Amino acid sequence: MALNLTLRVWRQARPEATGRFETYEATDISEDSSFLEMLDVVNERLSDDGEEPIAFDHDCREGICGSCGVVINGRPHGPLERTTTCQLHMRHFTSGDTITIEPWRASAFPVLRDLVVDRSTLDGIVQAGGYVTAPTGAARDANSILVPKSASDTAMDAAECIGCGACVAACPNGAAQLFTAAKVSHLNLLPQGQPERWSRVSDMVDRMEDYFGSCTNYTECEAACPKGISVDFIAMMNKDYLKARFKDRRRQGQSG
Amino acid sequence: MTVETPPQVDLNAQIPEGPLSDKWQNHRFKMKLVAPQNRRRFEVIIVGTGLAGASAAATLGEMGYNVKAFCFQDSPRRAHSIAAQGGINAAKNYKNDGDSVERLFYDTIKGGDYRSREANVYRLAEVSTQIIDQCVAQGVPFAREYGGLLDNRSFGGAQVARTFYARGQTGQQLLLGAYQALAKQIDAGTVQMYPRHEMLELVVKDGRAVGIVTRNLVTGEIDRHSAHAVVLATGGYGNVFYLSTNAKGSNVTAAWRAHRQGALFANPCYTQIHPTCIPVSGDYQSKLTLMSESLRNDGRIWVPKSPDDTRPPDQIPDEERDYYLERRYPAFANLVPRDVASRAAKRMVDDGYGVGELKNGVYLDFGDAISRLGRDVIEARYGNLFEMYEKITGEDPYKVPMRIYPAVHYTMGGLWVDYNLMSNIPGLFVTGEANFSDHGANRLGASALMQGLADGYFVLPATLPNYLADMLGTTPESVDDPAFAAAEEEVRERVNKLLSINGTRSVDWFHRKLGKTLWDYCGMSRTAESLTQAMKEVESLQEQFWSDVRVLGDNESLNQSLEKAGRVADFFELGALMCRDALHREESCGGHFREEHKTPDGEALRDDDNFAYVAAWQFAGAGNEPCLVKEDLNFEHVKPSQRSYK
Ligand SMILES: Cc1cc2nc3c(=O)[nH]c(=O)nc-3n(C[C@H](O)[C@H](O)[C@H](O)COP(=O)(O)OP(=O)(O)OC[C@H]3O[C@@H](n4cnc5c(N)ncnc54)[C@H](O)[C@@H]3O)c2cc1C
Ligand code: FES
Repeated sequence: MALNLTLRVWRQARPEATGRFETYEATDISEDSSFLEMLDVVNERLSDDGEEPIAFDHDCREGICGSCGVVINGRPHGPLERTTTCQLHMRHFTSGDTITIEPWRASAFPVLRDLVVDRSTLDGIVQAGGYVTAPTGAARDANSILVPKSASDTAMDAAECIGCGACVAACPNGAAQLFTAAKVSHLNLLPQGQPERWSRVSDMVDRMEDYFGSCTNYTECEAACPKGISVDFIAMMNKDYLKARFKDRRRQGQSG
Repeated sequence: MTVETPPQVDLNAQIPEGPLSDKWQNHRFKMKLVAPQNRRRFEVIIVGTGLAGASAAATLGEMGYNVKAFCFQDSPRRAHSIAAQGGINAAKNYKNDGDSVERLFYDTIKGGDYRSREANVYRLAEVSTQIIDQCVAQGVPFAREYGGLLDNRSFGGAQVARTFYARGQTGQQLLLGAYQALAKQIDAGTVQMYPRHEMLELVVKDGRAVGIVTRNLVTGEIDRHSAHAVVLATGGYGNVFYLSTNAKGSNVTAAWRAHRQGALFANPCYTQIHPTCIPVSGDYQSKLTLMSESLRNDGRIWVPKSPDDTRPPDQIPDEERDYYLERRYPAFANLVPRDVASRAAKRMVDDGYGVGELKNGVYLDFGDAISRLGRDVIEARYGNLFEMYEKITGEDPYKVPMRIYPAVHYTMGGLWVDYNLMSNIPGLFVTGEANFSDHGANRLGASALMQGLADGYFVLPATLPNYLADMLGTTPESVDDPAFAAAEEEVRERVNKLLSINGTRSVDWFHRKLGKTLWDYCGMSRTAESLTQAMKEVESLQEQFWSDVRVLGDNESLNQSLEKAGRVADFFELGALMCRDALHREESCGGHFREEHKTPDGEALRDDDNFAYVAAWQFAGAGNEPCLVKEDLNFEHVKPSQRSYK
């Protein structure tokens, strides 16, 4: 069945320009199309009418690259749990609906154009310490490092973060705790991550605080996360952060 | 107008002497080195930060070179590599099931239908084991067994379990590993990262690659960058077909610009069509989604025996189902290689046996596996894929069989490179899916990630210094050089041209048309007639594009239509070359299937006497026929045989 929808879309020509909502009629939209395919159709019609298409970030359209992400009726990535915007399909809407579409709103994510924001601050957090120092070629045989399956599975739960920024957009404070905690926990849970465990958590948290608001445990982030990353990782990160701060563990060879 | 044809290039693959198994080690010893204190005097440009580019940028940065890295996404973590699901191969033999470097080498050569270079493939198999070590050291959370050791699975028809995986997100985890290593170098200042930048021209001076011209995708600024060497790690060109499993931004522009500057494009017609993707559901379709090949380990593929059967699948009794792969290929059954499985599905659908509303798919059925192993086991193995399938189609694959159909997935062709991964333009290196090097006419599952990381972590960091060593003491070409000015002018002209046409059709309209033409005439099966037709259609569509495309907006801001238009413009030229290549190759091999060349029972028929070569095409000026340059393939180690999976 085809849907007829009204869209209220945030349009903003440039970073410094003032934005506004524009209303468009999206008629005859297939239920089986994805949200982004619906926008493609709208864009093609806009372009035919001589109006510039709505800019939005996207790439894989499979829910894994983390490029896409808009606020749909007030919810990052829209109404469906654990679903990125690109994996949201129009069958979850009803003909006659009005859909409000906005970019991520957070002071750390300036709008570049329409629905596109600058999320480079997330990269900045990883650059501060979200890695294991492992020079190419110096590694020992992979199976000489035993990793208990449970540790590996939990690390993977954290590592599934796609870095889309929905957690920040959902947070009333614009905090990036869930994103940072996911990376910290992924690496701090693994034997390979132990040598840099304490410096990693301090450096990443410090960098995060340079850009983002602070966490006051609203847990909106977990609800918005398309990968269902758990707020338990935030607790894990906070614990490590306190430990790292309590004593300067860097001087103690980083262990324990 | 007569245009001067460029002098014919002489291709030398630079394959080292000596026995196959010693070539790489001997070569490594013979290559020149750059001493640690001298490395910071070299500038290296790396375009693309997917697996192949990020791994190279991180490694070279760490070695001490000054690296500038570019990608068009907003972060290197988003490259198309992130979407790889199934896994990465390595000859670790952790399962003690008889795997070895030799066997991985042999499987890859055979899987590629004897159209790849023995020396390259051997090296790939050889370094595969180091890749796993490297990734584990970085903290890549590969799947493990209860004892803490790494788990492996068999993938894509391999008879050994040599595939390492991280749930259904192997590409994501490998890319994040490389991205994190890259992030460390960015923080250390050895790598300067330029996200949201697109390379639009290669700069060549005195026959050497000396730099690139880029467009800042946010501000529209057009910039010149110079370096001692340029590496393209810009991925594959499957999106020429419009519908493919590639990320929407994947494109050929960087490689194509290099091609126009003289780099040969090898085997453009070798396209891999993946057998298990979700079928098209309507006109709005913007991309196709892959369902990992690993599903074929437990799923059974079938169609109803009667083309008129409209019953829901669960009401079709077993004896009225045609498990056609099991019937035709008893030895490999549902695990036959991709090209074989894809063509078989096409044949069923073409013959009217397709399922689903549009009759454009075949069933992939987990019913038996669920009764045998239980839903929990299937959920543990494929839970996320089943979830994705349900999100897209609205059908629950635990209850109803999946519907699948082949889709364009990977391109084996790419820029020609020698054993050192250098193109025929000195100073221009090409890695990952962007080059043509290791997969011949067909790539085995879980081998692209292996190749990208082999190139980026181990091969390029060894071969690039060999090129740089002679340039010690030189500075990169000045960006004020006329060669840079000319390249920039070229870019500006193109951008202005695209913006000024102001026609009546959108870029996507043209792209869809082009894609459909190529899919119909240069897709899973090809004939001389269809290819000739395709070339005509592509040409006229291209003319129409340049007179009737509508690109609104300006250059000086984020303009996604403009980005797409530039990419589609290059796809036209590539599409024409693909058809030409497919037309000239009068044989069937791997992903290239010519209806005129098949065995009596419909399998691909190679012609080793006449076509055991790499077809490398040289650009001869717009509107001129490209020149074909051949690199003969010599098989000293394996004897080409007809592939049989019966
Ligand atoms: C859905 C899917 C699943 C897959 N699963 C598997 C699997 O399980 N196992 C396996 O081995 N292989 C798999 N593959 C294949 C594999 O993922 C790719 O071949 C591989 O990741 C390509 O890596 P790459 O680094 O060469 O290129 P990409 O990852 O495509 O990266 C290209 C880079 O180049 C940049 N770029 C491109 N053009 C420009 C330009 N003009 N200017 C600036 N930057 C540019 C991009 O921004 C990006 O950073 C899969 C592919 C798909 C589509
Ligand atoms: S486009 Fe990649 S996650 Fe949505």
